[in-house]
Amino acid sequence: MVLRMFGPWSAIRTSLQHLSSVVWLLVDTAQEMGDRVVRGRLPFRLSIFFEQTNRTGVGSIGLVSLVSFFIGLTMALLTGYQLQTFGQERLVPGLVAISFTRELGPLMTGIMVAARIGAAYTAELGTMVVSEEAEAIEAMGIGPLRFLAGPRILAVFLLLPCLVVISNFTAMGGAALISRWAFDTPIRLFFDTALESMLIRDIVAGTIKSFLFGLIIGLVSCYKGLSVRGGAAGVGAATTSSVVTAITIVIAFDTLSNIVLVALFDQ
Amino acid sequence: MSDSPKTSVEMREVRLAFDEKEILTGVSLAVPALSRLVVLGQSGSGKSTLLRLILGLLKPNAGEVMFNGLNVTRMGRLRLNRMRQKIGMVYQYSALISSLSVRDNLALPLEELTSKPRGEIDQLVDEKLTMVGMADARDKMPAELSGGMRKRVGLARGIIMDPELILYDEPTAGLDPVISSVIDELIISLSEKIGATSIIVTHEMESAFKVATHMAMLYQGKIIAADTPEGFKASNDPVVAQFIAGDTQGPILQATTS
Repeated sequence: MVLRMFGPWSAIRTSLQHLSSVVWLLVDTAQEMGDRVVRGRLPFRLSIFFEQTNRTGVGSIGLVSLVSFFIGLTMALLTGYQLQTFGQERLVPGLVAISFTRELGPLMTGIMVAARIGAAYTAELGTMVVSEEAEAIEAMGIGPLRFLAGPRILAVFLLLPCLVVISNFTAMGGAALISRWAFDTPIRLFFDTALESMLIRDIVAGTIKSFLFGLIIGLVSCYKGLSVRGGAAGVGAATTSSVVTAITIVIAFDTLSNIVLVALFDQ
Repeated sequence: MSDSPKTSVEMREVRLAFDEKEILTGVSLAVPALSRLVVLGQSGSGKSTLLRLILGLLKPNAGEVMFNGLNVTRMGRLRLNRMRQKIGMVYQYSALISSLSVRDNLALPLEELTSKPRGEIDQLVDEKLTMVGMADARDKMPAELSGGMRKRVGLARGIIMDPELILYDEPTAGLDPVISSVIDELIISLSEKIGATSIIVTHEMESAFKVATHMAMLYQGKIIAADTPEGFKASNDPVVAQFIAGDTQGPILQATTS
């Protein structure tokens, strides 16, 4: 009995319950938005949507480019020094380009956006739930999912891939600069080599992941925010849980999609 | 107890439990159209829960909730949203959207749910704000208002769609006696002006008798009495009598402490 209550089964059951709630959140939000569109109206206020895209996209450019620039730079420097011993430092551009477009760009951007935007969404919606604002919106028949969750989920879903592109370019920039200084690779040659070594499937894999991670972060943060219980402490706990959950799921899906993509295309 | 249009809201044997704690143990209640029903009961007795059941924000474990002859318990999300447009809810702590000005708070349902042009919306907002005496606060943010002012704006928002039913959750709790009287008079005049049914949840006896045309008492998860205010005053029921008089001696405290 104790095992059933506290053991792995209870954890699995709780996780499955949360998973089904997140899926229902997506279905219900889509249904509420669809109902509006069928009635010839916009699914949500454009002003709210653009406010969210501005925060999520434009507001994150600084952080994403700075972090990506330094990671790209460090990666080129460390791998370059190792490869230099074998006289293979010309592999550095390809290595950085493929790693970022396919793996690190979406992953790092996902983690940064989950921490920066996912946390903000959860805290905002959680506070609205605690102060009964979310319930008031529901009680007026406005539909809180399409009004509150809809623009947020869509904003992060559409803007994360854009941020990934910025992340990829700044990382390449950092790598090109350090390669010029440390390994005497001309910047032009760096970018030419990088472009040559990349395949379409690397870019496609990165793009699919970016959209997927955006959706995960949007859904998890809105779900955690809208299911807050218990006042200010509840909002704090939900925000922490939102970031941890979103990052964990993003990494889990990253691994999963890598396995699937390698199995399907890289043989 | 029929579904004729003369009954606005009807509850039949409604039961509700949160985490095995039974809140409602079989509530049956009929609210005649155009009446002002005051639901009395102790704090935490499940009065506010009744309002959330009518709005379909909570689903009962058993029983039925009817509004205008339609079964709220069986409605899906989209039908519920359409039904809720006919109901105005006034919250205990106002629940105004803190990021929107008073004007935008009132305009929100009109902008989201109707196709009215901006000019007409502004006119309606001004009209409702004047009705509650808050026309000056139009461009203020909710944080700049006092509790009583916020409550009046909440009231104006509750009636902005000209609802058929207005639900009030503790409308006068925590307000000074003068503002309480103002709110009480507003409740009466609004229900008459708009021609709406009102359900008021409170434990403040003075305002209860002032506004009520009908009364009901919720005690231990059931409606133990439903009558006119005069009937309540003359009631022999020991629980009702103790609650109205505010006595420390009687069945209520014994049940709570035992």
